[in-house]
Amino acid sequence: MELYNLWFLIIAVLWIGYFFLEGFDFGIGILTRVLARDDVERRVLINTIGPVWDGNEVWVLTAGGATFAAFPDWYATLFSGFYLPLLAILACLIVRGVAFEYRAKRSGARWQRSWELAIFWTSLLASFLWGVAFANIVRGVPIGPDKNFTGDLADLLNPYAILGGVVTLCLFTFHGATFAALKTAGDIRVRANRLAAVLAPVTALPALAFLIWTQKDSGDGWSLAAIVVAVVALVASLGANRLGREGWTFVLSGLTIVAAVAALFLALFPDVMPSSTNPAWSLTAKNASSSPYTLKIMTWVAVFATPVVIGYQSWTYWVFRKRIGTRHIPAA
Amino acid sequence: MEAAMNVALAHETLSRWQFGVTTVYHFLFVPLTISLSAITAGLQTAWVRTGKDKYFHGTKFWGKLFLINIAMGVVTGIVQEFQFGMNWSDYSRFVGDVFGAPLAMEALLAFFLESTFIGLWIFGWDRLPKKLHCACIWLVAIGTALSAYFILAANSWMQHPVGYTVDPATGRARLTDIWRVLSQNTTTTQVFHTLSAAYLTGAAFVVGIASIHLWRAKRAQSRGVAPDERQRRTTAVMRTSLRLALFVAAAGGLLVAISGDTLGKVMFEQQPMKMAAAEALWDTQEPAPFSVFAVGNVNQGRNDVELEIPGLLSFLAEGNFHDAVPGINDVAAQEAETYGGDPKHYIPNIFVAYWGFRLMIGFGMTSFVAALIGLWTTRRKWWVAEDKRTAEDEVPRLMLTRNREFSPWFTKWSWRLGIWTLGFPLIANSFGWIFTEMGRQPWVVFGVLQTADGVSPDVSQGEVITSLSLFTALYGILAIVEVRLLAKYASAGPPVDEEPPRKDPTLRPGDDEDADQPMAFAY
Ligand code: HDD
Ligand code: HEM
Ligand code: HEM
Repeated sequence: MELYNLWFLIIAVLWIGYFFLEGFDFGIGILTRVLARDDVERRVLINTIGPVWDGNEVWVLTAGGATFAAFPDWYATLFSGFYLPLLAILACLIVRGVAFEYRAKRSGARWQRSWELAIFWTSLLASFLWGVAFANIVRGVPIGPDKNFTGDLADLLNPYAILGGVVTLCLFTFHGATFAALKTAGDIRVRANRLAAVLAPVTALPALAFLIWTQKDSGDGWSLAAIVVAVVALVASLGANRLGREGWTFVLSGLTIVAAVAALFLALFPDVMPSSTNPAWSLTAKNASSSPYTLKIMTWVAVFATPVVIGYQSWTYWVFRKRIGTRHIPAA
Repeated sequence: MEAAMNVALAHETLSRWQFGVTTVYHFLFVPLTISLSAITAGLQTAWVRTGKDKYFHGTKFWGKLFLINIAMGVVTGIVQEFQFGMNWSDYSRFVGDVFGAPLAMEALLAFFLESTFIGLWIFGWDRLPKKLHCACIWLVAIGTALSAYFILAANSWMQHPVGYTVDPATGRARLTDIWRVLSQNTTTTQVFHTLSAAYLTGAAFVVGIASIHLWRAKRAQSRGVAPDERQRRTTAVMRTSLRLALFVAAAGGLLVAISGDTLGKVMFEQQPMKMAAAEALWDTQEPAPFSVFAVGNVNQGRNDVELEIPGLLSFLAEGNFHDAVPGINDVAAQEAETYGGDPKHYIPNIFVAYWGFRLMIGFGMTSFVAALIGLWTTRRKWWVAEDKRTAEDEVPRLMLTRNREFSPWFTKWSWRLGIWTLGFPLIANSFGWIFTEMGRQPWVVFGVLQTADGVSPDVSQGEVITSLSLFTALYGILAIVEVRLLAKYASAGPPVDEEPPRKDPTLRPGDDEDADQPMAFAY
């Protein structure tokens, strides 16, 4: 395999990892205003992701850094072209990160309420915007012969992209609910299970529409297979939920995300950013990539570092494996 | 007038402002994070080894301030990671092959380490065995230093590009030797200098806050209020912290000066214009003086007012008191000959470079001197008369000699200096970076790519105005929030009522004796 194809795969894996992990983080953020009935329950939810959200977020930083190193043109076109949506995402990530840390640092209803609202809205908006961004990558945007984006914001807010945003929003919320069911104890756990059962069909509808649209426009045999996996996983997740198998429900909601994002990358390949102006101007894994030497260096680094990272991150989840209930929340 | 407006609102200018504002802001938190993690780790190690309460309370106290700070460091760092692509896309295309590698390594090798183990440390007090828990904060400290190393390797490459060629087919930089990028002397010296500056910064921060508490206790005492148990415990924590931090600040300050001297020589060799600018040395002089004070006039290419120390610049640049140091006009003429155009184009902002350099040294070294004075005067036993010695949980007397204590007036001002020193190295750091980056202009990659050629051609002026305003507003609000929180927790003092954990947690699965206990820490 050519190294740039391997790096296309690595970038895809990083984004998939990001959406799997931060997906339930975002979902939990949204559920603080949907599932939690009072302040203590909101804290239960926030604390299920407390020790891990920052590590989850680094997946996107690594995806960004790796894209810069392996596909400078992709990095440059994507980030300058999608300037305003990315700016909004950055603003969300900034406020959200600070909110987790600062909410409990001061008592006072107004202070805490403000940060809770911030957690809710930033999680919601970021979930939506990532879908918009990814849908646009797959769909193709106006790109000129010099590899620069030539469109404007209106080009990014097309129906397909909006639908993509709705899908990630629903998927992440659903994934958050299955995570909450797995990690909480008591009354809130029961409600999380019930909510997950409602969210699965609500998610299925836009997701199916979006994936079929994707398949019709740019799919191939592989992406079709991934789409089938995504759909089966979503249905199976609902089944596992009915059977009260929370672990499986979560794994399967995660698999839905993994397969759906994989389908997008498979539909994208071998392009990394198709040009809607002229296919000859599309950025491809080949023409956007770094030199073989840089790719070789980065491959070695990735081969050694990635297992270690996955190792200690998994260990963290094991250390904090206990469920959290309202009785575990210390008085503020 | 209109031309001036156009320049002021030019896409390039706005992008530069945005990069400068967001990066300097990020770098307010970074040095504190690097050093406070290590200081907290040191205190926790002392607690694990001795079991003394004062170390436990110290760990909790500085750890909390550290967490408030790192939250801002992390979120402002995210912006940094993306804005090369957003605002400097032509730069990114040109350098990605070289510059992207250290950035990706930073994320993979450093950010994951920091962010994962910080979570384990925050929530792990009642989950992890003591020693393992302590190892977590050490890993965070190591991660922050690694992070600094990789990003500085990237930055050093911009100051002095090595290990690359410009590909004739694409016209872009192509990496040929990663090892040179990671190990060239610009990188090693810059890392040495920045890390020692970071330790000085965090140590000064601790000195400042400890001084506030000790000076408060001292004044209460002189009003005749006898310290109660809580007060005595607080004083014990603060006194230990003060001594530790004074030591770190003195060591850090010394290393900053040593590494800064080396960095000056490296810079002189690699970017002679920057050295000349730092000195406002317009014309080549042999031997060159060190300018203590000057006001430059860029248009006329001379200084109006000047105060100099003869020969010192020759020494700083070359290690002797007589060699020639090239001046701004000569270097500019040379660069114009090599790269074409008007010599004036190659002159960076002399006023900023000159004063940035002086303010960096001035503010930073003031803290170093304060640390040396403090280290001497707050000593406990050595060369202090028996009857002047103070107990561990008393405010130290400031002892000048064996029997002589500082007069009340000197005592007061010494504690005040201790308090003020809190912010000095932070200011020094900012000026150091402003000097380094603006002294490199008009180049973004020295001698290879000019800043004006690095901006994103597809980003509009309106978009940059939007983002610059948004970041400025958001960062401004967050600065207020952060400073208030820091002030609140710093002023509240250590949680001296808190008992250290009764037993050492184990990792054994099924050890559910405490299943119903509230968490030791929760958001
Ligand atoms: C507490 C902060 C602090 C203090 C006290 C000093 N510095 Fe510094 N200096 C920095 C913090 C800093 C910095 C912000 O960290 C910089 C910016 C880039 C870098 O590598 O470090 C820097 C840059 C920097 C440079 C520019 C390097 C370049 O552009 O290539 C030189 C020549 C020096 N320093 C020299 C000194 C000397 C001779 C000092 C005192 C004796 C000194 N610095 C004290
Ligand atoms: C590593 C820590 C860094 C710090 C603290 C820092 C700081 C600064 C500062 C203070 C400025 C001056 C702003 C101005 O002139 O208005 C600046 C400018 C700039 N820096 Fe750096 N910088 C850092 C690293 C980098 C890196 C890694 C890059 C890589 C692209 C970079 C690229 C630039 C650019 C493009 C400018 C704009 C040109 C300019 O306005 O001077 N800097 N930076
Ligand atoms: C312009 C260049 C820079 C970029 C792209 C950058 C990027 C980042 C990012 C993305 C993070 C967040 C990581 C997380 O989520 O844990 C971060 C944090 C950090 N960065 Fe920067 N950074 C820059 C400049 C610097 C410099 C000059 C240093 C040190 C000399 C530094 C040291 C750190 C450290 C120690 C952290 C972790 C703790 C903290 O944020 O306070 N960074 N940086």
